[in-house]
Amino acid sequence: MQRMLSEIRIAGFGGQGVILAAVVIGKAEAIFHGGYACMTQSFGPEARGGSSSAQVILSSEPILYPYVARADVLVVMSQEAYRKFGPQLKPGGILITEQDLVHVDEAPRGVRLYGVPATRLAEELGRKMVLNIVMVGFFGAVTGLLEADALRQAVADSVPPAFQKLNLQAFDKGYEYGSQLMVKLTDVEEAVSLESA
Amino acid sequence: MQADAKGVLTGVHFLDGDHACCEGTLAAGARFAAGYPITPSTEVVERFAQRIPTVGGVFIQMEDELAASIAIQGAVWGGAKAFTVTSGPGFSLMMEHIGYAAMTETPCVFVNVQRGGPSTGLPTLPAQADMMQAKWGSHGDYGIVALCPNSPQECFDLTITGFNIAEEFRVPVLMMLDECVGHMTEKVVIPEAEQLEITPRRYTKLPPEEFRLYEPREDMVPDMVRAGAGYRFHVTGLTHDERGYPSMNVETQDRSVRRLVDKLKPFSNGRALFETEDLEDAQVVVVSYGITSRVAQRAIQLARAQGIKAGKFRIISAWPFPDQAIDALAGRVKAFVVPELNLGQMVHEVARVAAGRAKVIPVTHAGGTVHNPEVILNAIVEAAR
Amino acid sequence: MNEATLETPFEMPADAQNPVEPFLRMDRMPHIWCPGCGIGTTVNCFTRALLDSKADLDKVAVVSGIGCTGRVAGYANLDSFHTTHGRAIPFATGLKLANPELQVVVYSGDGDLFAIGGNHFIHAARRNMDLKVICVNNLTYAMTGGQTGPATPSHVISATSPYGVFEPSFNLVQLAEAAGAAYVARWTTYHVKQLARSMEEVMKKKGFCFIEVISPCPTLYQRRNKMGDGLDTMKFYKQMSKTRNGAPTSECALTKAGEIVVGKFVDRDRPGYFEMMSAQMHETLGDRYASPEVMCSEC
Repeated sequence: MQRMLSEIRIAGFGGQGVILAAVVIGKAEAIFHGGYACMTQSFGPEARGGSSSAQVILSSEPILYPYVARADVLVVMSQEAYRKFGPQLKPGGILITEQDLVHVDEAPRGVRLYGVPATRLAEELGRKMVLNIVMVGFFGAVTGLLEADALRQAVADSVPPAFQKLNLQAFDKGYEYGSQLMVKLTDVEEAVSLESA
Repeated sequence: MQADAKGVLTGVHFLDGDHACCEGTLAAGARFAAGYPITPSTEVVERFAQRIPTVGGVFIQMEDELAASIAIQGAVWGGAKAFTVTSGPGFSLMMEHIGYAAMTETPCVFVNVQRGGPSTGLPTLPAQADMMQAKWGSHGDYGIVALCPNSPQECFDLTITGFNIAEEFRVPVLMMLDECVGHMTEKVVIPEAEQLEITPRRYTKLPPEEFRLYEPREDMVPDMVRAGAGYRFHVTGLTHDERGYPSMNVETQDRSVRRLVDKLKPFSNGRALFETEDLEDAQVVVVSYGITSRVAQRAIQLARAQGIKAGKFRIISAWPFPDQAIDALAGRVKAFVVPELNLGQMVHEVARVAAGRAKVIPVTHAGGTVHNPEVILNAIVEAAR
Repeated sequence: MNEATLETPFEMPADAQNPVEPFLRMDRMPHIWCPGCGIGTTVNCFTRALLDSKADLDKVAVVSGIGCTGRVAGYANLDSFHTTHGRAIPFATGLKLANPELQVVVYSGDGDLFAIGGNHFIHAARRNMDLKVICVNNLTYAMTGGQTGPATPSHVISATSPYGVFEPSFNLVQLAEAAGAAYVARWTTYHVKQLARSMEEVMKKKGFCFIEVISPCPTLYQRRNKMGDGLDTMKFYKQMSKTRNGAPTSECALTKAGEIVVGKFVDRDRPGYFEMMSAQMHETLGDRYASPEVMCSEC
C-alpha cells in the first residue's frame, strides 16, 4: 500500500504508556507493513512534570525530517496534552481522545474527532495499564492508516510474553470499539445525506 | 573475519540510535565497556549492561568519565575490544584519554551522542557542536577518525566500521552521533553474523625478542600485542621510540607525531566515507552530516522542485576531513551550503579546501532541534543566484 | 665491616649480575631518580617479592600514573603501562577485568593516587578490585618541584606552601581501610625486609591490597625542611618508626617529625569484584549467564 507521509503525535501523562503506543504504531509500519517509520520521544523540559509525548512519522519513502510539524493525527490522553498539541493539528486532521480524560468543547474546524473511554475499557480487562494499547486499537480502526494485522503483530512483538494475551485483548477491544463507532457514524452520515436528498 | 555470532542479534528490529549503536559494538566484538551515566547517551551502555552477561563479557560503571575512558584502554591492552560512551560535559572530561589513546595507539571507540552546549547546556536536545572538539580537544597534534551516522541503521553499521578502523589503524575512533539520531527509533536490520566483516586485532607474529611495539609496518601502523603474552612491553604517553621507551628529543617527537597524523591520510583521500546525490549538474552543493544531512536532503528536494541545481554531499567520515572529494567539487560548483547544528565548525574545513574557488555559505543553528528545511532552502536559493 | 672482608677484597666475577637485573629494563639505565631517593629501594624490594613469590613474570603487569614513582613502570621488565596523571587505577581495573589471569600491580605516588586519582582509589577499594596498589609516599609532588600534596603533613614547607602547610593531610592507611581494602600495610624505605615481605604477601592475596611506603625526597622535601640527606632520613625513620601490626589505622596519622607507625594493619577477606559479579549474575540469570570471555580473537 503506497501512502502519503502521515505525521502522528501521541501525548498524555507519564505512566499511560504513550511511548509504547508510539513504538507499536511505528513498528507496525516499519516491520510488519514494509514501509518506513520514524519515532521520536519528546525529551526536554516539556517531558517533565508528568507529561509524555511521542511523534511517529509513517511513509512509503525514507523519512528525512524526523519531527512532526503539523500532525495529521493527534492522539491525546490528557487535557494538558490536548491544550498543548491541539493547535498543531492540521486542518482536516484526526483528533483521537481518551474521552473521559479529555474534554473538547468544540473540535477545531475541519477536524474529525473520535473519542474512546480507553481507561474504562482497560479496566474491564482488569488492568488499567493497557489503556495505551486500547488506544492503539482504536487508532487503527478509526484512521485506517495501518492494517489491524500489522498493528496486532506489533503489539505482540512489543510486550513481554507474559502480557501478550492481555495486550492483544486490549488491542481488540479498542479496535472493535472504533469499528463500531465508524459503522455508527457511517449510518448517521448516510441518514444525513438521505435527509438532505 | 566474520563476526562472532554470540554478539549478533540477527533480525529486523525497531530500535533507537543509541540501542542500535550498542548492537553494533556487540556485533563488532566488543566485550568490554566502561561508562558513566549522562544524557542522552546512557542508553548505549544500559543496553550493553543488559546484553553482555548472556553474551560473555564485562560492563563496569566507573566513578567518572576520566575513569571510564582509561579503563577501556586498560581492557584493550588486556586483549579486549572496548568502548565508552558519553555526551557533553563527559566528552570534555574524556579529552585527555583520547589523546592518550592516539599517542599510545590504543584501538578503541568513543561514542559521543552530541547535545547542546556549552557546559551543561541542553542535556536532552540535539546539537553538532563537538565536531571541532573531536578533532582538536586533546592537547598536542594527533590523529583520530570520527564517523557521523544519520540513522539508527547507520548507528549499527558504522559502529562496526568504527571498530574495524580502530583495529586497522590502531587509533581511537569517535562515533559522533547527535541526540536526534541517538533517540530516534527506526527499523534496523541486523544481518547474520557471517555477513558481517570484522577486522581482527593485528597481533604481531614476531617473537618477543624481535618485536618492537611501535615499529610501523609499511602502512605506518605498528602491530599489536596484549599483556600476559610474554612480550614484556612498555606503553607510555610520553614521546617514545619504536621500542615504546620514553625518548624526549626533537627527532623522535617529529617522527612519531607526524606518523600518528600521517597514518590516517587515506581518510582524506580514497578511504573517506561520504554519500552524494545529484552532483553531476549541481551548482550548489549542500555539505552536511548526521541528522542535518536528512533535513538538508529535504531542502535539496525543495530546491530541485524550483529548478535549482542543488546536490548533496553527506560527510560520513568527518575526521580526517574528506579533502580530496571536496577539492574535486570546489573547482566546478558555484557554492557550498553548509548547514550544521552549531555556529560554524565543519564549514571552516569546507572553506579551507575550497580555498576561494567556490562560495561557502554556513547555515548555523545553536542546537536544541534540527533546522527548518526552509532555512536551508533559502540559503540554497541565495547561493544559486 | 668485619676484618675478613678487609683482608680479602671482594672481586666482582666477570659474569656477575645484580640479582634484580632480570626484573629491570637494563637498557634504560641509568634511571632518573635522585641520589638518596627512596623509590629505587622500593623497586629493589619489589623485585625481591616477585622472586620470592615465584610469580610468573609474564603474567604480572605494572601500571603507573605520572610522577617520580610513575616512572617505575618504565623500568620494570614486565608488561608495563605508564598512564595518565591519576588514572593508573582505572586503567588497571580495565586491564584486570579484560585479562583476569594477570596480577596487576599499581605502582604510583601519593599525589597521583590520592589527589588527582583519589576518587579512583576509594572506588576500586569499595569494589574490592583485585589490584595490588603500592604507594611510594614521599609526602610531596616531587617531579614538578616539591609542591604540597594530599599527604604533606602540617607545618611542612613546600614550593606552594612557602610559609608552611596548614591544611590537614590524609591518613592514607585509614582511608584505604575505610574504603574497603582487603590488605593495608605501611613501611618506610628503612624497612626493606618487612616491605619486601608485605609485597610478597599481596602478590598472593586476592582483592584490593594497599601498601604505603614512606620514602625520602632529599632533593625537595628533606632539603626544604632542613631534615638532612638520604642517610639522615634513614636514621630518622629508624628512630621514629614503631612497628605496631594490627594497630587501628585511625591511630596511624603522620606528622612532620613525630612517630611513624608501621606494620600490617588490615588483612581481611572480602569477596572480590569478579566473585560478586559472578554470584549476582548466576542468581539472576542462572544458566543464561555466560562467563566473561573478554579477549578478542586473534587473526
